[in-house]
Amino acid sequence: MNAAGFPLLSLLTFLPLAGAVFIMSVRGDDATVAANARWTALWTSLLVFALSLILWFRFDTSTADFQFVEQIDWLPEFGVGYHMGVDGMSVLFVLLSTLLTPLCILASWESVQTRVRDYMIAFLVLETMMVGMFCALDFILFYIFFEAVLIPMFLIIGVWGGPRRVYAAFKFFLYTLLGSVLMLLAILAIWYRFGTTDIPTLFAQPALPTSWQAWIFFAFLASFAVKVPMWPVHTWLPDAHVEAPTAGSVILAGVLLKMGGYGFLRFSLPLLPNASAEFAPLIFALSVIAVVYTSLVALAQEDMKKLIAYSSVAHMGIVTIGLFTFNQQGLAGSIFQMLSHGVVSGALFLCVGVLYDRVHSREIARYGGVAKIMPSYALVFMLFTMASIGLPGTAGFVGEFLVIVGAWHASPWLAFGAALGMILGACYMLWLYRRVIFGRITRDDLRALLDLSPREYAVFAPLILLTLWMGVYPQSFLSFFEVSVAALIQRHEAALSLPRLAGIAP
Amino acid sequence: MFVGAVFFPLLGATLAGFFGRWLGDKVSQWITVACMVLAAICGVSAFAQVAMGHAPTTVPIVTWMDVGSLEFSWALRYDTLSVMMVAMVTCISTLIHLYSVGYMSHDATIPRFFAYLSLFTFMMLMLVTADNLVQLFFGWEGVGLASYLLIGYWYERESANRAAMKAFIVNRVGDLFFTLGVALTFWTFGTVEFPAIFAAVPQHANDTFMGIRSLELIGVLLFLGACGKSAQIGLHVWLPDAMEGPTPVSALIHAATMVTAGVFLMARMSPLMEYAPVALTVVTIVGATTALFAATIGCVQNDIKRVIAYSTCSQLGYMFFAVGVGAYQGAVFHLFTHAFFKALLFLGAGSVIHAMSDEQDIRRMGGIWTKIPVTYAVMWIGSLALAGVPFFAGYYSKDFVLEAAYAAHSGAGMYAFACGIVAAFLTAFYSWRLIILTFHGTPRADHHTMEHVHESPLVMLIPLLLLAAGAILTGYLFAPLFIGHHWQEFWNGAIVNGEHNHIMHAAHETPEWVGLLPTVVGVAGIALAYALYMFFPEVPGRLARSFRGLYLFLLNKWYFDELYDAIFVRPTRRLAMFLWKVGDARIIDGVPNGAAALSVDASRGLVRLQSGRVASYAFAMLIGLVILVSLFLIGRIR
Repeated sequence: MNAAGFPLLSLLTFLPLAGAVFIMSVRGDDATVAANARWTALWTSLLVFALSLILWFRFDTSTADFQFVEQIDWLPEFGVGYHMGVDGMSVLFVLLSTLLTPLCILASWESVQTRVRDYMIAFLVLETMMVGMFCALDFILFYIFFEAVLIPMFLIIGVWGGPRRVYAAFKFFLYTLLGSVLMLLAILAIWYRFGTTDIPTLFAQPALPTSWQAWIFFAFLASFAVKVPMWPVHTWLPDAHVEAPTAGSVILAGVLLKMGGYGFLRFSLPLLPNASAEFAPLIFALSVIAVVYTSLVALAQEDMKKLIAYSSVAHMGIVTIGLFTFNQQGLAGSIFQMLSHGVVSGALFLCVGVLYDRVHSREIARYGGVAKIMPSYALVFMLFTMASIGLPGTAGFVGEFLVIVGAWHASPWLAFGAALGMILGACYMLWLYRRVIFGRITRDDLRALLDLSPREYAVFAPLILLTLWMGVYPQSFLSFFEVSVAALIQRHEAALSLPRLAGIAP
Repeated sequence: MFVGAVFFPLLGATLAGFFGRWLGDKVSQWITVACMVLAAICGVSAFAQVAMGHAPTTVPIVTWMDVGSLEFSWALRYDTLSVMMVAMVTCISTLIHLYSVGYMSHDATIPRFFAYLSLFTFMMLMLVTADNLVQLFFGWEGVGLASYLLIGYWYERESANRAAMKAFIVNRVGDLFFTLGVALTFWTFGTVEFPAIFAAVPQHANDTFMGIRSLELIGVLLFLGACGKSAQIGLHVWLPDAMEGPTPVSALIHAATMVTAGVFLMARMSPLMEYAPVALTVVTIVGATTALFAATIGCVQNDIKRVIAYSTCSQLGYMFFAVGVGAYQGAVFHLFTHAFFKALLFLGAGSVIHAMSDEQDIRRMGGIWTKIPVTYAVMWIGSLALAGVPFFAGYYSKDFVLEAAYAAHSGAGMYAFACGIVAAFLTAFYSWRLIILTFHGTPRADHHTMEHVHESPLVMLIPLLLLAAGAILTGYLFAPLFIGHHWQEFWNGAIVNGEHNHIMHAAHETPEWVGLLPTVVGVAGIALAYALYMFFPEVPGRLARSFRGLYLFLLNKWYFDELYDAIFVRPTRRLAMFLWKVGDARIIDGVPNGAAALSVDASRGLVRLQSGRVASYAFAMLIGLVILVSLFLIGRIR
């Protein structure tokens, strides 16, 4: 079963934790500890990334089955096991997480100067939780990782964040926790019904009675919608982004937002086919509102990070539209959109971070004319701006286009709503770019700014490469999840065509 | 050769763009010029092989996307239509690169300019050689990007930034419909690749979508996309403002090539459009209206570049109504000749601006024709071609377009013919108004400027002279091929006319007066311009005063900008502020009583966080786990 020959996924998951333990054990004066922590964190995360590349090369794209599977009994009498594995829908998210973590550590190299050791520990723990979550094939295991992600993120915002960090951290924590409680109940219900929490086993079961499905669907929705975030439970996100340190924002936008979309994909759609079909119009409505509403709000922002945070909500609206179209284009587009958004919005937050590190302000009006003094930076920022707008040839286009095509099949008005994001996206991103990068330099202190440093080039280079690669030859990514998506749709259609049993427990 | 024509400009753009700082100004500009020359050589030989040798071909590159049944590749499609565009684009772009060497010689960031210009050329070539709608869209958006970058090239100017954003966003409005058109195409035909679509058109002729014939809807959606790029009435507002860019850019992008992409799209989709008569009627009416509307505005503008910009807008209208009546070949022919004479006019205007120390207002020019005789001569040639004076390039194409409109024998066709004739009169009028005000009369510029008036350097004059040759000869040379009796052989199926569409034949059979009328009104327009501006220069001012309402209406461009500002821009801004300040901050954050409660919690939590031991949070997590397991056990016991 396991193509690597050794428990690769567990290694990927727990290696960062081992790194964190090592950092904890370092003793010495502050400077030594900080330097050791940085280098250990960097090397650990790079090693994890290198190992995760095995997934890229050895993953069999011709099957929808789970691969690299590891299974150990944990609580056999409760049907709970330690079960890890990836399929086409999750494997690239694992890679996204392992790629972004070293970049984040590199990006925080100089900007984080206080409690460096704790910071690096938090990031490594975060990586463990993220990778574990995407690999988990047991509901309880998934839940543990899903929840545990909150803790390091909460700390990163709360300790290393901006002036209103405590407010933002608590808002973030409470919003996401409230949703999760309902998900826990849903998991218990499922376990009660089937006596197991093993995900592949659950997939093999006949679908739940319709009345159950509706309740469980909403319980999941409560949890995932907050994470995505969908309108109207999105307001924690701008606050969290604004206060989080740059690297925190990158992970938040790059990976944590995908947890919601991944949750829908992994659980809601396959386990609750009838409810998903029934409530799709609700999701569509919320998503279109998200696209239009948050794009408009983004237009009014005066804080760079807040603007990009709102744009994330709009982009994730495209994702949720695609997920519930139940056709190949929509679903594949939506997964692709999540991946590309992970890269592009992560990169945009890094772009903001570059200026913030130099000037210590996120206020748009504080800038202007940056192109004159930082031409390379302006070029990089332009590339990611265009990717965010969805220019063909960049990563942003592929997902958006596929979702619009898929959405048209569900309803042309839905496609129209999704496509409105194309115009509004151009409005707020170009408006941001124009005010920050173009224009005349009006502030004297801006004249002394230095262009990108070699370290910053090293952070951006992989993201630039990936953005163009995903745009020009998306096939190397699309092929990973093509079969899995097709299998999901097939199962969905089969489930819908079955006559429904009355909603009673056996 | 086929690959080289498209990718040499990309090579030039990459070298100048990324290594310009190390290569230096001189080296990078000549590298891009050299790449363009190579591309032009490839382009012309491709034309010889494909169009003259009747050997269409497609060069596949690599799969782009393959999702379910939606599959398409990067590929270069060379048929007569695209190869004619490739040859035209590479040649004109080469000349404009060359011209820019002189025009931009005092600029601070020369490599950047040339990189953008070459990038634009590459995108335009990707657009015309696309083998499927999505690659066409790639080029479509790519030229939009390059246009955005070049309009805003002087990014320290507020007006340039505003114009650049406006161009991009207005284009995006069109692109939205384009994208939806692609989506519907896919769900109708199951493919977005041209050969497969064209082959399947007849069998889907009667498909309906939401009660409308699918093909009509696709036609209208794609046409709306074309309206954005080709500045048709309603979505034209970006084009005049785009003149903020350097003049070579206006010549290349906003006259010769990019703005004609919409016409190209319509011609490319001719097999489908032929089955969408209602969509074609819409195209005719919009095109005819634009032709007339833009010409009326052109008559009163005072910025030399804006006059020519409105003229471009108007000529695009001609091309569209030619498409609308089914004479795609005529539209493409006008596109072809227009590219030469309009690029010439813009570059000539650039030469004037260069001579006048960056003055663009024709009210502050005059009396300079003896000082810059070559520029003066080429402006005459360009204007003669534009006005459709016999035996210049525009004469052949414009006449044909108008004859086709007349020969269509439909209501829309007659409307287009009438609009076209009036617009032809106005075109001639504003062209000579421009020439007379710019070159003749008493000098109205200040003494200092007048002293510096000088002819442009050779590197700028050579492109002007070559384009002038094009403006004289292209009509005569290419009319037999494009619209002559052997047009079918030349087009070789690249453009399809439906079996009931005999417009290509009928256009040659119109009454004598139809062919003569454009020339007559053209000469009349020239005469009127002479009368008003040369011989009785006080009349125009009096006219403007006595018809003040009309004059202001035209001067303010039919108040489109003000209208859009009032119904789109300002309400959107207000709505955005409302949603943010009220929707998000008060309602959504207010409902869970969150803000207040949270801040209390937060201040309490603050103390604990500051002590911030990671271990204590791990402990918290442990508690959570315990609760979870206990819940489990409770459930199990039940």
